[in-house]
Amino acid sequence: MNETQPAAPSHGAPIPADGGVLAEHAHPPLHGSGAAVDDHVHDVSKHVKKYLMVGALLLLFTGLTVFLSYVDFGSMKANMTVGMVVATLKAGLVAAIFMHLNAERQLIYRVLIFTVFFVAALFWLTYFHWYDPILR
Amino acid sequence: MDIPYTTSARPDTGLWNAKIGIWLFLASEIMLFGGLFSAYIFLRLDAPPGYWPHGLLNVPVGTMNTAILIASSVTVVLAWAALKMRQFARYKFYMGITIVCGIIFLFVKLYFEWPDKFHHFGAYIREDRLEKYEPYLGNHHLREKGLEMRREITGHLHNEEALHDQNVHEYEIQLDQVNAAPTDPASDRPHFWPLPKTDKIAHVAKEDVERATMFVPSHSTFFATYFTITGLHGLHVLGGVLIFIYFWLPVGANLYKRNPEHLANRVEVAGLFWHFVDLVWIFVFPLFYLL
Repeated sequence: MNETQPAAPSHGAPIPADGGVLAEHAHPPLHGSGAAVDDHVHDVSKHVKKYLMVGALLLLFTGLTVFLSYVDFGSMKANMTVGMVVATLKAGLVAAIFMHLNAERQLIYRVLIFTVFFVAALFWLTYFHWYDPILR
Repeated sequence: MDIPYTTSARPDTGLWNAKIGIWLFLASEIMLFGGLFSAYIFLRLDAPPGYWPHGLLNVPVGTMNTAILIASSVTVVLAWAALKMRQFARYKFYMGITIVCGIIFLFVKLYFEWPDKFHHFGAYIREDRLEKYEPYLGNHHLREKGLEMRREITGHLHNEEALHDQNVHEYEIQLDQVNAAPTDPASDRPHFWPLPKTDKIAHVAKEDVERATMFVPSHSTFFATYFTITGLHGLHVLGGVLIFIYFWLPVGANLYKRNPEHLANRVEVAGLFWHFVDLVWIFVFPLFYLL
């Protein structure tokens, strides 16, 4: 493969700004934009439905979070856990579907593994609430 | 010279450059907000009883803003999908909605939520004077029920000069419902719809007060973390909106005519940033407004 992309698409013809759907052969094939990305018109429109569903689900979960926060689960800790579980579910949906993390390239996962590790370390610091080596 | 690999994959990474770039940036962003959330947890766990205010934020407004951000996340991904399908008019439409959503979010935050806090007053009562203000605090009732104690009397400060004037010796507070009827079981827990202020006035002597301020960052660790995190988050929303406006302007149309895939990828990258901003809010909302 040529190492630089062509400066302009080779077809040359101006693309109508009114949004006409272009024939596929007019474009060089896409590479490496992530598996969730697809140049086929049909495939993307299939995704559109999924995005709308996920959006609706997220709104539903928002309502659920609000509702559950007024239910007494016995202790603040229990309510906190319930709230965070729902929030994590929502965050997972956003990351997996909207951010295409359900099907990404290997390299991005490799980067994020480090992030997960260091964020876990950050949260581990709250352990000093229970064990304070200075004030103990 | 053109930037290489804007639409084609770099052979060694298998990705177009901006994609890996945005993920490296988001990784650092996760560390930034991760540190703040970690601090939040730590401060909250270590807050002595009665010092972590609860139910002070406007839940319906917060819920609405959450819904607006989620809707904008959907529209930005639809804008990207429209570009992928080479439907430029649709792209402009969805991008326009995204921009409007972002602006509404910021407007609600800056013109309603924050100023509302700046006009709300709270006075923490000294440990040894809590008994004197029992009619406003209802701690006997709370202890019986096994609920967390109250130390603060909140409401609208009638004599604002009391904040600076040494010669004024008391705060005249038009009470919030929770302090007007502290033993009412309805005051035990926060409500979804914020209750209006009552007509009841309390006079709180300055010498009985440990700390008294408007609901500004110095009020408590709660408001310090609230304003820091929502402020930083708001700046991210602003940044996202500015980038979207840039792509919405003729710059976007020109790029689309030259290389539509390049614009699609740019919108995808900006969209990834926007989803991250949404994701942060998904945690901010329950932690500050609800729990």
